Amino acid sequence: MADSPADKLAEKMATAPILGPGHDYASVTDKISAIVLKRRPPKWWWAGFAIGFALLMIFLYAVTYLLLVGTGIWGIMIPVGWGFAIINFVWWIGIGHAGTLISAILLLLRQQWRTSINRFAEAMTLFAVACAGMFPLLHMGRPWLAYWMFPYPDTMKMWPNFRSPLAWDVFAVSTYATVSLLFWFVGLLPDLATLRDRAKNPVAKVIYGFLAMGWRGSAVHWYRHETASLLLAGLATPLVLSVHTIVSFDFAFGIVPGWHATIFPPYFVAGAIYAGFAMVLTLSIPVRKVFGLEDFITMRHLDNMGKVLLATALIVGYGYMMEAFSAYYSSDQYERFMILNRMFGPYAGMYWTLILCNIVTPQFLWFRKVRSKVGALFAIAMVVNLGMWLERFVIVVTSLHRDFLPSSWGMYYPTRWDFAIFFGTIGLFVTLLFLFIRFLPLISIYEMRALVSEEEKKAEG
Amino acid sequence: MDIEKNHGGKTGGEMTAPHADAGEAGAPRFWRGLEELADTPEFRDHKENEFPHGANDPDAKLNRRELMKVMAASAAFAGLSGCTKLPTQKIVPYVRQPEEIIPGKPLFYATAVTLGGVATGVLVESHMARPTKVEGNPDHTASLGAADSFAQASVLGLYDPDRSRAEVHDGRLGSWAEFQNELSLALGGPSGASGLRLLTGTITSPSLGDQIRSLLSQISGAKWVQYESVTRDNVRQGSQLAFGEILSTVYRVEQADVILTLDSDFLTAGPGSLRYAREFARKRRVESADSKMNRLYAVESTPTSTGAMADHRLRLRASGIEGFARSLARELGLNTVAAPAAATQAPAEWIPALARDLKQHSGASLVVAGEQQPPVVHAIVHAINQALGNFDKTVYFTESIEQSPSNQWSSMGELAADIRSGSVTTLLVLGGNPAYDAPADLGFKDLLSKVPFSARLGQYEDETSALCHWHIPEAHELESWGDARAYDGTVSVIQPLIAPLYGGKSALELLGLLSGKAAKSPHDVVRDYWKAQKTDEPRFDVFWEKTLRDGVVAGTAFPAKQVSLKPGIGAEPPAAAPQGLEIVFRPDPTIYDGRFANNGWLQELPKPLTKLTWDAVAMLSPKTAARLGLKSEEAVELKYQGRTIVAPVWVMPGHADETVTAFLGYGRTRAGRVGTGTGFDAGWIRTYAAPWIGTGLEIRRTGDKWPLAATQTHNSMEGREPIRVATLDEYAKNPKFAQAEAQENPLSLYPDVKYEGNAWGMSIDLNSCTGCGACVTACQAENNIAVVGKTEVIIGREMHWIRVDRYFEGDADGPNTYHQPLMCVHCEDAPCELVCPVAATVHSPEGLNEMVYNRCVGTRYCSNNCPYKVRRFNFRLYSDWDTPSLFGMRNPNVSVRSRGVMEKCSYCVQRINAVKIEAEKQDRPLRDGEIVTACQQTCPSEAIVFGNINDPNSKVSLLKAKNRNYKLLEELNTRPRTTYLAKLRNPNPEIEKAAGA
Repeated sequence: MADSPADKLAEKMATAPILGPGHDYASVTDKISAIVLKRRPPKWWWAGFAIGFALLMIFLYAVTYLLLVGTGIWGIMIPVGWGFAIINFVWWIGIGHAGTLISAILLLLRQQWRTSINRFAEAMTLFAVACAGMFPLLHMGRPWLAYWMFPYPDTMKMWPNFRSPLAWDVFAVSTYATVSLLFWFVGLLPDLATLRDRAKNPVAKVIYGFLAMGWRGSAVHWYRHETASLLLAGLATPLVLSVHTIVSFDFAFGIVPGWHATIFPPYFVAGAIYAGFAMVLTLSIPVRKVFGLEDFITMRHLDNMGKVLLATALIVGYGYMMEAFSAYYSSDQYERFMILNRMFGPYAGMYWTLILCNIVTPQFLWFRKVRSKVGALFAIAMVVNLGMWLERFVIVVTSLHRDFLPSSWGMYYPTRWDFAIFFGTIGLFVTLLFLFIRFLPLISIYEMRALVSEEEKKAEG
Repeated sequence: MDIEKNHGGKTGGEMTAPHADAGEAGAPRFWRGLEELADTPEFRDHKENEFPHGANDPDAKLNRRELMKVMAASAAFAGLSGCTKLPTQKIVPYVRQPEEIIPGKPLFYATAVTLGGVATGVLVESHMARPTKVEGNPDHTASLGAADSFAQASVLGLYDPDRSRAEVHDGRLGSWAEFQNELSLALGGPSGASGLRLLTGTITSPSLGDQIRSLLSQISGAKWVQYESVTRDNVRQGSQLAFGEILSTVYRVEQADVILTLDSDFLTAGPGSLRYAREFARKRRVESADSKMNRLYAVESTPTSTGAMADHRLRLRASGIEGFARSLARELGLNTVAAPAAATQAPAEWIPALARDLKQHSGASLVVAGEQQPPVVHAIVHAINQALGNFDKTVYFTESIEQSPSNQWSSMGELAADIRSGSVTTLLVLGGNPAYDAPADLGFKDLLSKVPFSARLGQYEDETSALCHWHIPEAHELESWGDARAYDGTVSVIQPLIAPLYGGKSALELLGLLSGKAAKSPHDVVRDYWKAQKTDEPRFDVFWEKTLRDGVVAGTAFPAKQVSLKPGIGAEPPAAAPQGLEIVFRPDPTIYDGRFANNGWLQELPKPLTKLTWDAVAMLSPKTAARLGLKSEEAVELKYQGRTIVAPVWVMPGHADETVTAFLGYGRTRAGRVGTGTGFDAGWIRTYAAPWIGTGLEIRRTGDKWPLAATQTHNSMEGREPIRVATLDEYAKNPKFAQAEAQENPLSLYPDVKYEGNAWGMSIDLNSCTGCGACVTACQAENNIAVVGKTEVIIGREMHWIRVDRYFEGDADGPNTYHQPLMCVHCEDAPCELVCPVAATVHSPEGLNEMVYNRCVGTRYCSNNCPYKVRRFNFRLYSDWDTPSLFGMRNPNVSVRSRGVMEKCSYCVQRINAVKIEAEKQDRPLRDGEIVTACQQTCPSEAIVFGNINDPNSKVSLLKAKNRNYKLLEELNTRPRTTYLAKLRNPNPEIEKAAGA
């Protein structure tokens, strides 16, 4: 059986450890906590942080200008009333999904390989949701009235319009943000206590101490922690499906050709997981390299993520196919025109680039050789990130720009402010991520310690 | 007069106690405010000179101390100028209205607005002495209740903050008193008054004409020159050729079954067009399958709205239309007309078939020649109309409505020669803007500065004012007394709605200076003139009040004149048809000759056929563009008669080949903040010899782009049939052609909402709509709609609540052109209402789709989900919240929207509620037709009808019951309350068959 090199590779990958050899409790704790406590931030950290921070400043500048002048600084118009803001919103929300999927669903499914990447992925979720959450606010004409979207008893007895998918969005996204934050924070507690105990700096001691909320590691603590984690995982699991389903309703409930499709919920959820895993790969590959965490985020992890990427790419590809098929099969002239316009209209370049990025490129992941090459995985992940952004562009813009009455057709061109705010949120994301890397353990120490014990048991057994 | 007093606002700081004489014999019967009542010397000084010395002069150098003084003085005076004032003389509101002001309740006054001197009667809505909206006067023959965009936009012209506010003398601030002195000095100079020249626009005003004539009779050697850049000289000369005198031509379109236009846009431009459009539409109101309708043939070079309405449209070069007219005349048996120099470029069957059709409808046919066509075409057309027996049936002639009908361009040429020879010592330019619009080769700009004493009465300190010694601010038509004739001679007395906002003077006042009657107010001049005319009126006061109330002087329409054609019309053989690229000049559809350049509403009103805003273009046909390798929005150099100008190209389907149309009115250099620097000045290559049509144009590519702002960029219907069309025959065979896909009972999970009481709905007849765009401007005025500017229109953010979609069908050379007015259709199942997260757009119990601005947070989801794309979003702060002069213009019953809010057509909900409240007060049900939306009110062709669809006998219900009725995008099951009546064409089977073969 194990004759050909490919098969050898397969065997190797399948049995590859999820924790490098030779680690004990102490070495795991040392290695991970040292990133926060001992080592001075390396040059690349400063460089990365500076880039993120500079972009964040651009974001603040652009947002200030946006609030002063209005959404007219963007390229949106009639008929394309939604542009970059909603594209970015959906993109960021989608990216967040991998974190929840890894931490909640894989936790419930007892997938141990998730341990070393879950903290990281959860942080990514949180920051992505933070970025995403900006956009529904900023895209409003009068963002200072955003609180009207929440159901609160006001003197005029006005409630949100519960029939509107945007109102559902408010609940979906805010619930998602809350649960993700809690889940992440609860997961951090034992590690925060570890940092508190190990910190030499008195200020750090106080801060970590405060955040650790009196964690002493007693059995009762562990018991409750475990219960809370499971409960939150249980809560978060349906969210993986619901959030993007509801985001897809924003489109599917509209009557715009290209939006009004029943396939949207599953197709959006798959797309979100797809985008999320691409982003986890994008981030974990450099981090693992620069922090020397190859022992914790092993080739097994990368291989698995590559497989998830491929699987979701196929689901998404099926979605694209069904979109085209149902447009054809509907015999509805507007639907048919919509799909032809996507393929051959003025934004055809976007569509075909999207197909290239999201459907064609991931096919390389069929090959183990590709999955075993870190560089190739990284490149594919980047392409998918781009492709998923383009997918949202195609859905939002090419559907709207030519809808029912030809007299109202128009072209949408983003402005520099659209880009400033988009790259600005990337800056926010990067900044938060680098602060996270610097000040919090980016791999769950206590869960890695649990893995050590399991590995030992395996070795003994 | 309590209101009056309140109206004066807070008193200025320096004013003393009211004058002891107030209310006694010497004091005016009406006063403008407490300040005038007080009539202190300080007040009079302020009144004379609202702005302290130097405050109006942008170049004046002020030191800080002086600046503070000026600012303090202005602040102190703000109490006076901040509020609006009724005019001092008695003005009379329109029929059956209380004469006193009730706060919150508008009054309507009948008056008139003029274009090229010709009046259209209007009713002006006035809120607390602020005119806010112009509507047509139903009692006026030229209006019948309709108004065009120019009239609608005149309120914005009134409140324009760029209007001049002070007398200017050689760049310094002057005063009226100083001007009086200087003028009398100039007239008393060595060459005396004989070097006096008056330069005016066309004048139809009897009182003004009378004043000028008496002035000219007093001053020997003085001359009066009338000049219009958009001249009707060809019409006048054509009349002279045909009848030996200048007569006015009046059409009775309602009597005509077959109409031929030769390069004429008589449905949307020129005197009487509003009435013609209405009569034309009435002949196309097909009630049932066996109804008749008129047939329109249009032969034209530049596509016009009239051409778009035509059942058969033939595109010919403008210079070739004379040949067409000659061929047709000969075909009709007028053999004295010389044959054309070259064969007419018409399909072989066209002229014989047309001639047969005209002949068959002798006495019920009509041929109309365009103003830009040479005199001989007009003369031949007169001959044709007579040969067809149309005289006194579909066309009649009256004495000229003008006070002094003359060949204006040649008298302008004489004026230029006189200035050059130095015989003009005093030039008074009353209105007009000759420095901008006089033919370029006349060199009028240079000549103007040669005149020893020149004064200009103008609403703006524009190109002409800059070259005159004196500039006197002119009162707006809504601010001054006057009178004017309509297309058929009917006189309207123009009564002011408001005392001049910026202290302007009218032409009557300025001429009063010359005739030594300065003390006489313009009101008295007009009144006395009519008193002298109406000596047979037993009680002149009653007559006068009735005249002011009705807006027309009863019985002043000219009677038809018996005319006889001169023999030998068109007998002299025509010159050889010119070769080479032709250039045609046209007044801009919305800016006219440039006088409306600073009017944002008109700048942003899409031109009916191109849907362009904010620009003039050099328009040419697809074929010619292809030959020259040109594309739309490309900047090219037009070289004509030694002058060049850079212009943007617009490729226009249906345009005649080898012809370029250049639109006048743009490229103003001193129009104001809105108009200055928009577009290119086609007048720069327009010559004295050939005002309208010329050959020898050269086009050179510059390689530059010239972005243009079109509100509609896609012209094809893409097979979707938003506009349903059939020929009359097809309609007779299949009367329900428009309802082919209609579902009787559309599927729904929910029970229908029952509307108790009223359910508002609208019907729009596409067979009537000419696409003129008056509804757009009316809506803009009624609903305080903002102007966004060219760059925003290019992005696609115009704010109009109603738009007129224009589609082309067929080949690019000779397409059918269709118009479709579209505003919020108020769906029963509105997609917008469902998706708004904050319930800012909701359904009213009467079925209105309402927009709650205060609740809107601006997600734009409603707009995305609107299949008709009629919602408009304030992407920026488009409404002007800063310019105080514009505040008075706004309709107080409609919120001025702020940034970040969605807006759209409300079916004029403020009008609905006003009428409902009134009916409730009188304890009676609403009457059908009582509620009139702004678009409906102004529509010349009565294409829009609004009413209660719960009432089966309402006009709108009856229209909706017609078999031409269809719902736009019915398949979406939105169930719109606005429905359309399908368009019908009535082609001549002979021509149609030949074209199809």
